[in-house]
Amino acid sequence: MRFSGLKVFKEGLTGNKGWGPHWRSPETKAEYDVVLIGGGGHGLATAHYLAKVHGLTNVAVLEKGYLGGGNVGRNTTIVRANYMLPGNSEFYSHSLKLWEGLEEDLNYNVMHSQRGIINLVHSDGQRDAFARRGNMMIGQGDDAILLDTAGVRKILPYLDFDQTRFPIYGGLYHKRGGTARHDAVAWGYARSASDRGVDLIQQCEVTGIDVVNGVVKGVQTTRGPIRAKKVGMVAAGRSSQVAAMAGLRLPIESHVLQAFVTEGLKPCIDHVITYGMGHFYISQSDKGGLVFGGDLDMYSSYAARGNLPLAEHVVEAAMTLMPVIGKAKMLRSWGGIMDMSPDGSFIMDRTDIEGLFVNAGWCYGGFKATPASGHTFAHLLATGTPHPTTIRHRLDRFRTGFGIMDEESTGAQHNLH
Amino acid sequence: MRLRCPICGERDHREFYYQGSAVKMDRPDPDANAAAWDDYVYLRDNQPGLLEELWSHDAGCGAWLKVTRDTTTHAVLATALAKEERR
Repeated sequence: MRFSGLKVFKEGLTGNKGWGPHWRSPETKAEYDVVLIGGGGHGLATAHYLAKVHGLTNVAVLEKGYLGGGNVGRNTTIVRANYMLPGNSEFYSHSLKLWEGLEEDLNYNVMHSQRGIINLVHSDGQRDAFARRGNMMIGQGDDAILLDTAGVRKILPYLDFDQTRFPIYGGLYHKRGGTARHDAVAWGYARSASDRGVDLIQQCEVTGIDVVNGVVKGVQTTRGPIRAKKVGMVAAGRSSQVAAMAGLRLPIESHVLQAFVTEGLKPCIDHVITYGMGHFYISQSDKGGLVFGGDLDMYSSYAARGNLPLAEHVVEAAMTLMPVIGKAKMLRSWGGIMDMSPDGSFIMDRTDIEGLFVNAGWCYGGFKATPASGHTFAHLLATGTPHPTTIRHRLDRFRTGFGIMDEESTGAQHNLH
Repeated sequence: MRLRCPICGERDHREFYYQGSAVKMDRPDPDANAAAWDDYVYLRDNQPGLLEELWSHDAGCGAWLKVTRDTTTHAVLATALAKEERR
């Protein structure tokens, strides 16, 4: 079923009876070439690229709940390529380029809106740091403009420029950054993968990983055993649980990140804005709700909810930056499970078990990486070698000390990134 | 979420700073190999359920607490002064 304006028109005139399910619901087979553990954004994207780029369709995505019910189902939708360190810089740049062709690639409206993102700065030192970051972005081939206070005031006149606690010294403006509709991304990838022959298996929890003489043989699931030549672990916040099934421990701590949505408002915030003191960032969805969040709660959690102190802190930050939104009613809040790595950067690598691969450690920044994560993980699974943009994201970089990518310069504590 | 500091009593968790997993109390010998240090600094069991962790009462008495907490519910099961738990 191909989506087009003509189809919308035709169906509208004939009672909308021609729309079909976006993906098949097949029974599991006894064996696949590749099994992906995790049916979220990254797992579904990996399935699409395995099929489309590498012609590998004897693939199953195993999801313990419903497709896209994890972090891709509830994030703050930001897409950007403003990373700085070698390794991350080229990867996120690659991802943004994939975003820019995504709707054509998937024949699916993911509502990718390159409305621009501004990272505000509040001190001379911070401005220097962001000038450096901007230059790294330009060196990578992406876009960045350093704004002074007047420059920020021109595009964001509603900020509080009088407050003195964190005065607005300027900001880094990345015009190609923006937002996308997270569910649509998952569904678009799912539909494409399914149409190309990948089996998407929902309500199928992996309960064991079979390893014989250091070689992966398959998985045990709540829907029976499935043999596989290759297994890719792509389970985000639950990566350590999955890895433990193969006897592996990962350098991951799972933490809670909260996010919030207000009632729908008329268009008032046209960009993505991040507050340079940390702890607050915001954009406005196409439904009108203000989508915002802040920092982790800071303690390990699998509860998929946080506590009120963080909510209060985020709203405090919001009120110092943009008191104009103060009367908006908070409609919904939620928490997810973030796979925090010791340097804040992701891991994409083989493991010591032959045929078992890991894609994890996205912290709270996995959504913007969805296309490139899928594309490069597919490359690794299909060819056995890492894609050029992920050669540095080794699982053992912490043990060897080689190639650590600490963007925030906060050191080896998992929850500080 | 409240933590019962043995010195100060039950306090809002905002008074404490999260220091991470209590495995940090089992520091390897300085001459231990890379695998031992990798395990200590970076690798974590990270399973849902009961976790032993360290919190420091930075906005209070400053004591380090060893807390046993269920990470699926945030229920705090036990707190003790870390120094009394030192192995």
